[in-house]
Formats: sequence, C-alpha cells, structure tokens
Amino acid sequence: MLLGMLALTALAAVRLHDLFAVTIMFGIYSLLAAVVFVVLDAVDVAFTEAAVGVGISTVLMLATIGLVGRHEQRPAHRPLLPLLVVAVTGAALVYGTLDMPFFADPAAPVHQHVVPYYLGKSPEQTGIPNVVTSILASYRGYDTLGELAVIFTAGVGVLALLGLRRRKRPAKEHPTP
Amino acid sequence: MRDNPVLRIVAKIIIPVILLFALYVQFHGDFGPGGGFQAGVIFAAGFILYGLVFGTEALRNAIPPGLLRFVIALGLVLYAGVGATTMLLGSDYLAYGALADDLIGGQHLGIFLVELGVGITVSAVTVTIFLAFAGRNDP
Repeated sequence: MLLGMLALTALAAVRLHDLFAVTIMFGIYSLLAAVVFVVLDAVDVAFTEAAVGVGISTVLMLATIGLVGRHEQRPAHRPLLPLLVVAVTGAALVYGTLDMPFFADPAAPVHQHVVPYYLGKSPEQTGIPNVVTSILASYRGYDTLGELAVIFTAGVGVLALLGLRRRKRPAKEHPTP
Repeated sequence: MRDNPVLRIVAKIIIPVILLFALYVQFHGDFGPGGGFQAGVIFAAGFILYGLVFGTEALRNAIPPGLLRFVIALGLVLYAGVGATTMLLGSDYLAYGALADDLIGGQHLGIFLVELGVGITVSAVTVTIFLAFAGRNDP
C-alpha cells in the first residue's frame, strides 16, 4: 500500500512538467518514505527523513525554482539512450537483490558481525537507552566525525561558491531598468 | 508574503516552539529518537521559517554572516576537541571513558559534547545554504 503510493508519487513527479508541483511531489515522496521507516521501526531514520527530505530540501528546491523559473524546458535530445541505461542498471540492481538474505533474517551476515556485541554491551558500557545514539556517537565516533566533516565541507563549499554577502547594492551605482 | 498579518503572527508564535523542540531533540537524543543531526536541522528550520516569512534580509540582520561562518567551524572543532582532550588525558582518540572517573559518566559527557558539536555545525550549515540560495533572490 505504502510502496504503491511511493511509486505513484514518483510517477507523478516524472510526468509533471511544472517544477513547483514536482518539488511538492518530492516532499510527499519523502513523507511517505518516512512513514515506511516508521513502519520498519527505524524511528531515527524516519525523523531525519522527515526533517531533511520533507522540510529543508523542499525549501531549498523552492528557493532554487525562484531563481531559475518554474517551467521545465523541452528536452533537446531523445530520451531513448538514457532510458536504456537506466533500465539496464535497474535490472542489474534487482538481479543483485536476489542473492540478498530475506528481510529481518536473523542469520543474515549484517546481524551476525558486530551487532550482537553493540546490542548486548551498549547499556552497561555507555548507560544510554537509545542504542542508535550510542552506536553513532560512541562506537562509531570516527565515522560520525567524518560525516560532520562532510557537512562542514558542504557548507564551506557553498560559502566559497555563492557567498553570503549581498553584492554592493548595484541598484544605486548602475540603475537597472 | 510579508504583508500577511496572520502569517507573521503565527510564525512569531511557532518559531520559539520550533527552537525549543530542537533543543529537546538535541538533549533527549540519548533516551528517545533524535540526536544532534535532527536537532540541528529542526533548529535551522526555525531560522529558515523566519527568513521565509520576514525576508532573507531580516534573517541576515538577525544572524550576521561572520558569526555564521564562525559557528560552522565551532561544532566541528568541538567534536574534534573532545577527541584531542581524551588523547591529552592519556586515552585513545574519542575514547570518552577518560573524560570522567567512571566509564558511564565519561561516555555520557563525551556523547553529549559530540552530539552538541554535530547539532551546532549542522544547523549553521543548513542556515548558510538557505541564505546562500534564497538570498540571491534579493534585489
């Protein structure tokens, strides 16, 4: 049901040519994805998806649409070759999932490696009830530091490319019509 | 949008609630869902709502770009500084146990500081990106 709504929203986003509506469709898609994460009991991920996917990225895309205009331009080339590449890649990915363990299979390698250690030792070693927090901030502290460095780099990159200062009031020096 | 009184008043009422909720998510992340990343994004959303309703110029006056640049780096320095502190205390990098007398207390303090660093940098970067994109619309 939820997955069907996800597919419908994605199809609508592809079919629409009004970029404003497409952005709202992406927001709805993220909201549905967040609901899927809640159903899968991944509340931390759902929280992030709801805050970033629905809120921030929608606002950023709307701000960009305000700059570039609301309507999609006619594509300058035929979509056959990209469609072929996407279809082949998708088929390869689906073929790859055939070998994956079933969902929530306790014998899956991902549940056998370090997860039992983290789940068993986290309460006594960190005293923190939310295992997600203790794994992210303590056991995998290096990884989170790296993620934060990535976000920092993104901010610095935007600052370097776009900057925050307004151009020195060009209206006064060069009056624009 | 700036002339709509309903929007302005509702935004003024709701922005403090958003910021307070962000702080709750930040400091309650040990016990429930949430943490520095989500809290940083929600905190930034409060500022972005202010910028959307009252204009990016007002937002720029509320938080100067120089301060924003400083705060972006502050969070990462706080995170890396916790690691450097544990090394100075004679332990491994980011081994929080060295921060207090017992392991649990050290873990609590370390995770608290690290999540705070994540929240600070994420919120500042998000507001910066919003300002950089939406601010270009200004005349």
